[in-house]
Amino acid sequence: MMAERVAVVGVGQTKHDACRADVSIAGLVREATDRALEQAGLELGDVDAIVIGKAPDTLEGVVMPELWLADALAASGKPVFRVHTAGSVGGSTAIVAAQHVMAGLHDVVLAIGFEKQSDGNAMWALSVPTPFGMPVHAGAGGYFAPHVRSYIARSGAPGHIGAMVAVKDRANALRNPLAHIHEHGLTLETALESPMLWDPIRLVETCPSSDGACAVVLASESVADRMNGSTAWVHATAMRSEPTMFAGRDQVSPRAGELCAEDLYRKAGITDPFAQIDVAEIYVPFSWFEPMWLENLGLVPRDEGWRYVEDGRTLFDGELPVNPSGGVLSSNPIGASGMIRFGEAALQVMGCAGNHQVDGARRAMGHAYGGGSQFFAMWIVASHKP
Amino acid sequence: MRDVAIVATAQAPSSAATTLTIPELLIPVLADLFARVEDRGVERADIDFWCHGSCDYLSGQSFSFVNAVDAIGAWPPIVESHVEADGAFALHEAWVKIQTGEADTAVVFSNGKNSTSPIEQIMALQMDPYSEAPLFPGLTAVAALQARSCLDAGVFTERDMAEVAVRSRRDALNNPFAVVRGEHDVDGLLAAPMSADPLRPHDCPPLTDGANAVMLAAGDIARRWSDRPAWIRGIDHRIDTQRLGARSLSESASAAMAAAKAGLGSIGRLDVAELHAPFTHQELILRRSMGLSGDVVINPSGGALCANPWMAAGLARIIEVADRIHSGAADRGLAHCTSGPALQQNLVAILEGE
Repeated sequence: MMAERVAVVGVGQTKHDACRADVSIAGLVREATDRALEQAGLELGDVDAIVIGKAPDTLEGVVMPELWLADALAASGKPVFRVHTAGSVGGSTAIVAAQHVMAGLHDVVLAIGFEKQSDGNAMWALSVPTPFGMPVHAGAGGYFAPHVRSYIARSGAPGHIGAMVAVKDRANALRNPLAHIHEHGLTLETALESPMLWDPIRLVETCPSSDGACAVVLASESVADRMNGSTAWVHATAMRSEPTMFAGRDQVSPRAGELCAEDLYRKAGITDPFAQIDVAEIYVPFSWFEPMWLENLGLVPRDEGWRYVEDGRTLFDGELPVNPSGGVLSSNPIGASGMIRFGEAALQVMGCAGNHQVDGARRAMGHAYGGGSQFFAMWIVASHKP
Repeated sequence: MRDVAIVATAQAPSSAATTLTIPELLIPVLADLFARVEDRGVERADIDFWCHGSCDYLSGQSFSFVNAVDAIGAWPPIVESHVEADGAFALHEAWVKIQTGEADTAVVFSNGKNSTSPIEQIMALQMDPYSEAPLFPGLTAVAALQARSCLDAGVFTERDMAEVAVRSRRDALNNPFAVVRGEHDVDGLLAAPMSADPLRPHDCPPLTDGANAVMLAAGDIARRWSDRPAWIRGIDHRIDTQRLGARSLSESASAAMAAAKAGLGSIGRLDVAELHAPFTHQELILRRSMGLSGDVVINPSGGALCANPWMAAGLARIIEVADRIHSGAADRGLAHCTSGPALQQNLVAILEGE
């Protein structure tokens, strides 16, 4: 059987910041939701079902906050569904929402991802002492630094690649008024002087902790066709997971990520992804993950991701612009970060990305990963119907 | 809609508190699930989609579901998702996935290791984080408010509530997965002092650790994998406002709506209904709100009053109905899962044998 077609008809984001003390969690969620609905020309009353994703509830200290948020989202009498797949959750939430339309269950589904990190303590929340296991107490940077070292060792990448990605993403963020970090005048030279946090990851090569939300309105073909605004058609979605603990697991280029990308391209009819994808929003919380994911996603040959970075091929005006929004490196409300990637990909093919619009973007990729690189969610959106 | 059925189920032996880790809890359940379809040649590679339900706070750990993927033995990597909710919602996601045509088969599993955390305080953190949660309105206290509002409105009596407990505990005598069971009489139960006015201990669920799993398949695959698949004729979930003062606590509008959307009005006579009612009065509210007739057998497993691993107890209700259809003991049944304070969110599935 064939799934129904589904389109993105609205994307909304908050202004991302270290502390959005001006709004509650509900206010943050509504800021993104209202903007997404406004772009779609819809109202909350038009929404059939809501799918909410966020990273661990320990980040804010609210257990299953979608229950409480039902009021803020005028959801009484509607289905409200909660997804949690670690850092990939923003992407998987958009996919689960899209599936409700693909299944023919609903015509308009609202997907929301959020995190209000200032309400809690991320270092604690991400390293809660476990009752039955060895504590890591490393936070995300300490966890991923060995993966980066391993990448450098096996690819032969020179030490300045991470800083080059940081300079690019922070420059791109200056085009995006919603980005958390607006760092003017960063150069490769000053980036390399940034303090080393988790060798080889420097401060400037690290994502911030952000408050923020993203909402995406997904609509059936019949609804999308009736609308006057821009649409991004979902051409393919894919998710993959792999176990954490087993000998021989490649944590630099996880098999789950490779398989997820292969499945995605096959479904979207893509045979040469580097050439056929116009712009990519890839989940890069530490700058070195850009070359690592370029390889893992099959966009470039193995061990050559760093060369593409060094040659400027992923710059805003490069052959494949990566993270023109400034990426996770410039805004990281964890539970929303994946959905921002998916939403930014949609905005690009809708022609609605504002000052960070990539000229001629017709087909875009959104990517998210989570956990210790065990969880992957991806989609391909395009300006034309599949 | 595609025809999708539950073809196999498995449950872990419930206990008040286990020292097992989540993977240790899940590995035998998943092994048991596949053992049930071993004679049909079903292997893990035949499963297109996996979906897991659990709650980090109850497990006492952020990303507590991550290690559950190890319990699956997910190599090569699998198509998998997780809901921060009861496994019944994971089943809904799997059902949606199969409806898209991107999967024909799925395994859904859940774990509720409730003994790890102070559950009364944890569940209080579900409420408004700015005005209510700081006061820590405990799980039982909120349920007691609901019971009190029903009693004061004359909707039912404490005796009616005790009768639910007597029937449930008696039925649980035949349920190996129950942690509370026994013969009681209403007057004996009512003689006990209240533990959270107007609730007595028999009105409340036991602390339970548990885990369970079901296998789903579409159309002819389901017929090959099971002699008598339990077909999902309808499934739906709805939510109410969380504000206790903004809704009538003596009824459940969202449960009624979910039941109607799942097709309760058009399905014909039900043999059995498994309602996720952790408190006695909640069963009475759910029966009234859904309009279940008096001849429907309610909670023959003993229900959540006799084993209530939060995050697995709703999927357990679906399993109890499916098992009765698989065995031929029932032809048609309703299964229900609740979430949130005072029956805020409700999921209903209607299952039928051929």
